[in-house]
Amino acid sequence: GLFVWRLHSAGMQKVPCQFVHLCRVANNRLITFQYFNFLKRMYVTQYNKDLSQRAKPKPDSIVSPFHELQQLDQEKKVIHKISPISPVHQSWSETSSRSELREIKSAVKTEGLVTPVGAESKEDRQWKEMKLRLDDLPGILARLSKIKLTALVVGTASAGFAMAPVPFELPCFLLASLGTGLASCAANSINQFFEVPFDSNMNRTKNRPLVRGQISPLLAVCFAASCGIPGIALLTLGVNPLTGALGAFNIFLYTCCYTPLKRMSIANTWVGAVVGAIPPVMGWTAATGSLDAGALLLGGILYSWQFPHFNALSWGLREDYSRGGYCMMSVTHPGLCRRVALRHCLALIGLSTAAPVLGITTWTFPVISLPVNLYISYLGFRFYRDADRSSSRKLFFCSLWHLPLLLLVMFTCKKPVLEKEDKGDLLGESHERAVEIRLP
Amino acid sequence: PPAHSHSDWIGPPDKHSNLRPVIFYVPPEESALERRLREARQEAQACNQRFWARHNRTFRQEKEEFIYSRLKAKGLEMRDESGQKATLNAEEMADFYKDFLSKNFKKHLQYNRDWYKRNFTITFLMGQVALVRALRWLRWKKKNIEQ
Repeated sequence: GLFVWRLHSAGMQKVPCQFVHLCRVANNRLITFQYFNFLKRMYVTQYNKDLSQRAKPKPDSIVSPFHELQQLDQEKKVIHKISPISPVHQSWSETSSRSELREIKSAVKTEGLVTPVGAESKEDRQWKEMKLRLDDLPGILARLSKIKLTALVVGTASAGFAMAPVPFELPCFLLASLGTGLASCAANSINQFFEVPFDSNMNRTKNRPLVRGQISPLLAVCFAASCGIPGIALLTLGVNPLTGALGAFNIFLYTCCYTPLKRMSIANTWVGAVVGAIPPVMGWTAATGSLDAGALLLGGILYSWQFPHFNALSWGLREDYSRGGYCMMSVTHPGLCRRVALRHCLALIGLSTAAPVLGITTWTFPVISLPVNLYISYLGFRFYRDADRSSSRKLFFCSLWHLPLLLLVMFTCKKPVLEKEDKGDLLGESHERAVEIRLP
Repeated sequence: PPAHSHSDWIGPPDKHSNLRPVIFYVPPEESALERRLREARQEAQACNQRFWARHNRTFRQEKEEFIYSRLKAKGLEMRDESGQKATLNAEEMADFYKDFLSKNFKKHLQYNRDWYKRNFTITFLMGQVALVRALRWLRWKKKNIEQ
């Protein structure tokens, strides 16, 4: 069969190394075909379509950048064969193969062929016993908790932590990251628990564990509870109550507001953007113990980023959303969809300029980030004007590298903490206070 | 699924509803609680199946009608010279998607409420069954140890 490798949304496994590369490549500002292919190879993830998957904010499809684009010109499918354990009493043998990801670069840029994977559909057509196998459990739970999205969420929370104007404390950082990750797992699991019949009907999400009956709903809920409760407890007791409260609030926002709202009103996009904006704020409060302007700015940047990211993605999913009953701007208010995307691209420029004003970064940050932000704004404008598949895809792909790059540049332009300490006793006191709060 | 199996079996996605059917195992000494759970799951499955099969069928039909009417308005046939089925591009289909979504909005709201209720009930029953089974097992263990 013809295996086509499909691009999955970003799963940044090893953020630092990729950042470095991105930095180097981005300096050229020439988005070559090779670069895109590299990005695509880098960003292999599983298909987690579902808005909740939107940008990463913890549970959010909108927030997650892991939307699957359906018909890309350079569409390639990744064959993901699940490693089966053949039970003793199963009469027919399952196609036992190890799970492997195979990438094949597609030579043709346009009109990629989308041929279904032979091996996958064969396994799909069989009847499976609904029995939980312990060997499969880690994989199943990883998919249930959308582990790659969670990793990205933890990444943004770390960015928030790193940007806070206090000396870096490793134990606090680790606790905050772990707590955030657990909370994200919990939220994602509950989201999938709620959305089983809808996920079955959308191409991007039809291979999720609950849809395939690999795990029972009860177990999914128990898993969510066993991640969420320790996660929030860890944040509240091990870091500080503010971070814990934000984490709990975010879980609530994602599972009880965003998920049902997806099927009721287009307002879900804005709620989802907030969900995405909270993790970096949590990182900041974990470090400093308070909600400063810097935290809000970082949250604002993530918030604005969600819109070009998600709106561009949803442009190609209109059919599935329409059939599935999801109320998304791209379906009901296409003009608004594009306007909002452009608006927020421009807002990013403004927010980047505000960073030095608030004392978070030096003035080099807006200067360096300006070309990047201008580029995404340009793509946003093209999307606004052309409103077609190719411009939406370009915008989406740009958003995938834009955010990590922006955060990296922000970090490198961070105002040195020493400088601030020189600025007098007041700051020194607040620094001490922050240290006290951090002590468990 | 094999006759001697003691668990539920889940099959491939249904052609119309895209949902995977489940064949439930009925244990010989099924308690009242377990029966309630199984019946709730069967009912939910049937209800979901009905809804999505009909919904998807409606979607396909209306999509065809839309394409047909639009092509006719443009003066084209359903199939062009090479025999390929003529399609409209995404922008033209967008009107249809928007229309379809708003037409079915109330239906979806009703279904959502229904689904959430069923989902919670089933999961709660599963919890109860699991609890009862666990207690039973603990009692059996205790008896074994005492013997």
